[in-house]
Amino acid sequence: MAETDASYSGKVTFELVSPERILLSETVEMVVIPGTEGDFGVLPGHAPLISSIRPGSIRVYAGTTVTESIFVASGFAEVTPERCTVLADSAINVSSLNRDDVAAELASANAALAAAGTAVDAYEGKQLSLAVLVATAKLEAIDTK
Amino acid sequence: MPSLKDLRTRIRSVQSTKKITAAMKVVAASRLKKAQDAAESARPYAQRMERMLGSLAASLIGQPHAPALLGGTGKDQTVLLIVATSDRGLAGGFNATILRDARRQIRALQAEGKTVKIVTIGRKGRDSLRRDHNRLVLESFVEIGRKGVTYPEAKMIAESIIARFEKGEFDVARIVFNTFKSAMTQIVTTRQLVPFTPPDAAIGGGTSVSYDFEPEEAEILAELLPMNIIVQIFTVLLENTASEQGSRMTAMDNATRNAGRMIDRLTLNYNRTRQAYITKELIEIISGADAL
Repeated sequence: MAETDASYSGKVTFELVSPERILLSETVEMVVIPGTEGDFGVLPGHAPLISSIRPGSIRVYAGTTVTESIFVASGFAEVTPERCTVLADSAINVSSLNRDDVAAELASANAALAAAGTAVDAYEGKQLSLAVLVATAKLEAIDTK
Repeated sequence: MPSLKDLRTRIRSVQSTKKITAAMKVVAASRLKKAQDAAESARPYAQRMERMLGSLAASLIGQPHAPALLGGTGKDQTVLLIVATSDRGLAGGFNATILRDARRQIRALQAEGKTVKIVTIGRKGRDSLRRDHNRLVLESFVEIGRKGVTYPEAKMIAESIIARFEKGEFDVARIVFNTFKSAMTQIVTTRQLVPFTPPDAAIGGGTSVSYDFEPEEAEILAELLPMNIIVQIFTVLLENTASEQGSRMTAMDNATRNAGRMIDRLTLNYNRTRQAYITKELIEIISGADAL
């Protein structure tokens, strides 16, 4: 019953939750999530899905225009026909990102990775390359906004 | 008979004690409010995390390839006890109750022939457990949540614990802390962190919807389990902070009241003594006059 109602109303409840608090909770027409295995759009009536998230921007759509664009570095998304919940460590509004800052971040992350070379253990190496990935994704998010 | 000067000094000292405890009570009350709000707003994340894990774990638990954080190492020989206390004292029985329960558990586990290792959070726990279980304490975290508990702090603690687990330093991890009921009551609670035990409700509720997983269940679970430990520790730290402030508020309220009662008693004593002196001097003057 609830399912059909949600599908007809054409809206899906989107929640963005950080460990500290609920960052965003609203009904939207569509939201696009950067899943680990590719972006996916969530419309009302979406099949139940749990996916992990890669660094990228979550885009909230009204019609064909993006109303909100939020960068997340990692997290999980839980989708049901009437609801889409994203659990993220931290989230930044893409419009508050500064391109120069991010470019500097990318450069320093690359430098750290190069400097570390093979001298670090697997865990640290993973952290360093993750920092590069996050910075690259941020840059991409700014450019495609 | 005590001299009037001594009594005056006593009264003054109790009065300043009362002022301090009253101020501490007010501070604790405002911190308690903040801590409760923080605990409240952190709840949605933990709930949703639990729901996801519940539906995942239900499909994977008991399978041979389940990750060790979920299935355990197959033994329970070495137990890691994480004792979460506060940095500061003067909080009533807050730290004492946690430490008493932790010691009881340590003794019980050792009596069963198990190896116990300890990680402490908070200065009070560290100082106290170092006295009699110094060899068992692996690591101590202090100054956690000085300006309100933050997620990165919880993450730091959790990562150290997960690293120890991956090195095979322990089989089971439990955390001892105080659950916040009200400012009057806090309950010492022990929660198991490793291996993960899904709450029964989560399993029941999770199976009603069958989710697709992207990537596969096992891969998501491998990411979700460490995150769950961070969240669990984060929630524990928040609960503990609220309990600490609640306990301190009650303790300081009692202390203020006691000081008030003591001041009343001392003032009465002081006035009686003063009158006794006056009477004595009068008698001396009158009998002196009579003698003339």
